[in-house]
Amino acid sequence: MSQPTSTGGLEITHPQSKSMKNRPKRKLTPQQLENRTAYLFLTPWFLGLIFITIGPVLASLYLSFTRYNILRPPRWIGFENYYNILFMDRQFWTSVKVTFFYVGWSVPLVLIMSLAVATVLNRGLALLPIYRSIFYIPSLMGGSVGIGLLWREVFGAQGVFNDALAIFGMAGRSWIAIPETAPWILVTLNVWTFGASMVIFLAALRQIPASLYEAASIDGASAWTRFRRITIPMLTPIVFFNAVLLTIQSFQSFTQSYIVSGGTGGPADSTLLYSLYLYQRAFVQLDMGYGSAMAWILLLSIASFTGLIFWSAKYWVFYGE
Amino acid sequence: MANVILKDLTKRYGGGALTAVSSLNLSIEDGEFLVLVGPSGCGKSTALRMIAGLEEITSGEVSINDNVVNDVHAKDRDIAMVFQNYALYPHMSVYDNMAFALQIAKFPSEEIKKKVHEVAAILQLEPFLKRRPGQLSGGQRQRVAMGRAIVRQPSVFLMDEPLSNLDAKLRVQMRSEIARIQDRLQVTTIYVTHDQIEAMTMGDRVALMKDGMLQQVDTPSNIYGRPANTFVASFIGSPAMNLFHANIGDPLADGASLRLGSHQLHIPQKVFEVRSELKEYFNRDVIAGIRPEDMDDAALTNSHPDNETISARIVLAEALGSDIIIHLDFDAKMAEVIDPDTLSDISKSLDGENAGICVARFDAKSQAKAGETVKVSVDCERLHFFDSETGLAIRGD
Repeated sequence: MSQPTSTGGLEITHPQSKSMKNRPKRKLTPQQLENRTAYLFLTPWFLGLIFITIGPVLASLYLSFTRYNILRPPRWIGFENYYNILFMDRQFWTSVKVTFFYVGWSVPLVLIMSLAVATVLNRGLALLPIYRSIFYIPSLMGGSVGIGLLWREVFGAQGVFNDALAIFGMAGRSWIAIPETAPWILVTLNVWTFGASMVIFLAALRQIPASLYEAASIDGASAWTRFRRITIPMLTPIVFFNAVLLTIQSFQSFTQSYIVSGGTGGPADSTLLYSLYLYQRAFVQLDMGYGSAMAWILLLSIASFTGLIFWSAKYWVFYGE
Repeated sequence: MANVILKDLTKRYGGGALTAVSSLNLSIEDGEFLVLVGPSGCGKSTALRMIAGLEEITSGEVSINDNVVNDVHAKDRDIAMVFQNYALYPHMSVYDNMAFALQIAKFPSEEIKKKVHEVAAILQLEPFLKRRPGQLSGGQRQRVAMGRAIVRQPSVFLMDEPLSNLDAKLRVQMRSEIARIQDRLQVTTIYVTHDQIEAMTMGDRVALMKDGMLQQVDTPSNIYGRPANTFVASFIGSPAMNLFHANIGDPLADGASLRLGSHQLHIPQKVFEVRSELKEYFNRDVIAGIRPEDMDDAALTNSHPDNETISARIVLAEALGSDIIIHLDFDAKMAEVIDPDTLSDISKSLDGENAGICVARFDAKSQAKAGETVKVSVDCERLHFFDSETGLAIRGD
């Protein structure tokens, strides 16, 4: 075995080996060798990142400036897609409105619902793991096609929901066929999947030291005051985390509106979520350039909203010691 | 201001499987500083939490200011508590932490401000009022916790090991500070600790607990000088009292002889006068207790009677500067000491069941070294005696 000629990363040059031929082959330091191995193991992931994520993202950016219907090669049209979307397309603005309604209601409702249930479950129930699992199940399958179909049936004219209303003598109707109620079905479907946020809240609640509550009860704080002045402030980092996650997810919501409306976004575009409209333009009307431009607008909107939440965090999120 | 009376206070967990506190009877006078001390798991914190209303009482009574408060909510007991981890609200400023209880009680904000600033001045916290607890040092946080309790002007302070999270130096400083504040405010205080130095230095009286049961409640000097049983004797004092199985001989004109293994000591007549019950123990086995400080290097003590001297080999000498802790090879059988934390128990486990170690505190001037055999003078008037069956002190008063 030849001895390495480098020490601590410094190469020792031999005065007699001036020509390239005679120069000893450069040896790698252990650190460099380790890095090389790491990159080797990371290669599959890098390939995925480049070909499945970055590649399509950049391609869509290019396509958003073209007219492209898959059959013919893309044709560069500059900002025309963006102009058309923002200034000529009324249906686009309808989908924006529906999406804002959807996000604006479902994010706060999911937060409230998950925190409320987590607080109730945190009272030391004996069967907590079972309850926790039951509440978490909808999160696991909430976005699935099967559940979408199920909800369609539940809130349809002959659905279970109406059967339940009938017990109280109330007349039912097809809740998904009326523009006023259909968006609420989507919101309900989203709120129903509060389990994921709830599990996070539950974990966070258990991190709050019991002595804080004890000190507060000796100080005379009622249960509500303790919740308002200790639980909520101590949970703000988790509220923040959940709010960011839910906002990003909700903006991208697709399956529910696709299934509930049968892919149309109806009735009267009342369930036409942004992603569904994007899908219609890109994959039904095969206007890939238009769809790509819409995707980029969505990406920038989500980024701005997330940025806004991050910016606001300094005013309401408290990080412990 | 108020007195606190505990009557047969009992706490059981797990449907009675575990008794944390067993029939605790204590009466704490108005303005008194009582220290509840004992090894971990002895039930002292549980007792305090029952007084605070944070723990349900299984049986017995807690009275504050002569009113039974068993069913009174914690907030209505007019108490303030300082927690071991301080339990400061991390998201609130020091000011808000201290003002919290007053804000809830709906005091006018001007009055809250005045009170908080007053207390902050006493505790030298004024520069930190706008900071959050996370930005304070351990000692400052501890003072905020104290301040939060003081600002409410409660009838009773309850403190649950408030100094145990501080480093040794700060602990000494805060110890005197708490004692000073209590002395100034004259508020009835119940202070829980496992630290015998805190117990001895801070309390008007010390209540020592073990396994949920009260062992002795008395002034610090009596707890030290007249321990009620072997547990109290071994728990209070550092190094702990040496406890040996011994035998008292026949009565003599000037007292009696005490046999400790192969060693012999003389019990002066005076001891029998002070401990009249001891007369019933002639020719009987007892447990004899010798405090390390009641022994010294005989070379340093002039004219010490020979029959109050033992000679033994030094196993280990630890020079502390002010004095020297001497571990002597001692063949008397060590008494079963109940507290696992005590030194004698550790040395017993190191050296085997019967090989005894006697710990003495020599004057720093002593030249004694490990490996040598020295003559040790014992102050036999200060020997302690306990019944070998019950472990109770033999006193007779």
